[in-house]
Amino acid sequence: MHEMSVTQNVMEIVLQQAKEAGATRVKSVKLRFGTLTSIVPDCVAFYFEQMTPGTLAEGAKLDVEMVPLRLKCGQCGEEFEGQDELDVTCPKCGNPFTETLSGREMEVASIDVDT
Amino acid sequence: MEVKVVQNILKVNEKLADENRKLFAAKDVFVIDVMASPGAGKTSTILATVDSLKDDVNIAVIEGDIASKVDAEKIQEHGVEAVQINTGGACHLDGNMIQNALQVLDLDAIDLLIVENVGNLVCPAEFDLGQSMKLVISSVPEGDDKPLKYPVIFTQADALILNKVDMLEATDFSETAFEEGVRRLNPRAPIFKISATKGDGVEAWTEWLRERVDAASK
Ligand SMILES: Nc1nc2c(ncn2[C@@H]2O[C@H](COP(=O)(O)OP(=O)(O)OP(=O)(O)O)[C@@H](O)[C@H]2O)c(=O)[nH]1
Ligand SMILES: [Mg+2]
Ligand SMILES: [Zn+2]
Repeated sequence: MHEMSVTQNVMEIVLQQAKEAGATRVKSVKLRFGTLTSIVPDCVAFYFEQMTPGTLAEGAKLDVEMVPLRLKCGQCGEEFEGQDELDVTCPKCGNPFTETLSGREMEVASIDVDT
Repeated sequence: MEVKVVQNILKVNEKLADENRKLFAAKDVFVIDVMASPGAGKTSTILATVDSLKDDVNIAVIEGDIASKVDAEKIQEHGVEAVQINTGGACHLDGNMIQNALQVLDLDAIDLLIVENVGNLVCPAEFDLGQSMKLVISSVPEGDDKPLKYPVIFTQADALILNKVDMLEATDFSETAFEEGVRRLNPRAPIFKISATKGDGVEAWTEWLRERVDAASK
């Protein structure tokens, strides 16, 4: 996966937001990844540690929340949780076509800063 | 102090992709993002498509590879313009790489732009390029279970090609299993079965494509 470009984008967003908030230091960063994105959180953490030294985010703690895959049946409207796979039939009516409600997220949720 | 951010990490890319999309629309260019695993036959399919349509449609190709320019050279030998992007290790093309490649192409002289993404069934699915459609190619020797193993990319396809059908006899590939796997994820996209190198089935694909290219330039 492209953890490296993802982490670069995370850094850009974090430093921009920290600057706008007038921060002197970023203490922690919270990310949200859907389980469908196949992002490996440890791998992001590794790049994050490589990229933060010398920036406002040096030493910042990284929190990653994984967002489960939720699906909605295209036929009966039933909403249910999937198992990291899109290939699931509706548990209620057996219809194979489902719509993804969550599980594709890739976002910086919040940052904690000193000002 | 906690600062709520809630920003899509790929937002930077989305913005660039939207700029590309607007430019393509303004110039009436139909753009295909071709995604498949390494060796599935992306370049071969592009060559077959070029040979079938180049007399009637102005085509250019952007080739994305981690390294080398062999694919762009192959395309140029067939008489159409090709630009090579080397991603230098990145496992996908992104909106910015496309913008750079566009600097050397004259979009006014192009009706159909085919982009060969880096061979990979995971990462290219996450990065919008501003394309008009996504083509996913799966090939017989890879096995019929690819839709089960790489579902995301199959849900995104606007059209699918099953390539190397000339090899069906030599493998235990089940066309039914493949089609069922695709249909669970993607009920509508047409599936074209072709042999890019031998030519079987190519015409059905290129005729379908030609209609879309014509519609885009009207
Ligand atoms: N038998 C058979 N071989 C094919 C067919 N299409 C492509 N090939 C062969 O498969 C190999 C890979 O084809 P390419 O078109 O280079 O595949 P690609 O997806 O562009 O590969 P990368 O760019 O390296 O990811 C080549 O040796 C082709 O000759 C086909 O329809 N039938
Ligand atoms: Mg190729
Ligand atoms: Zn249902």
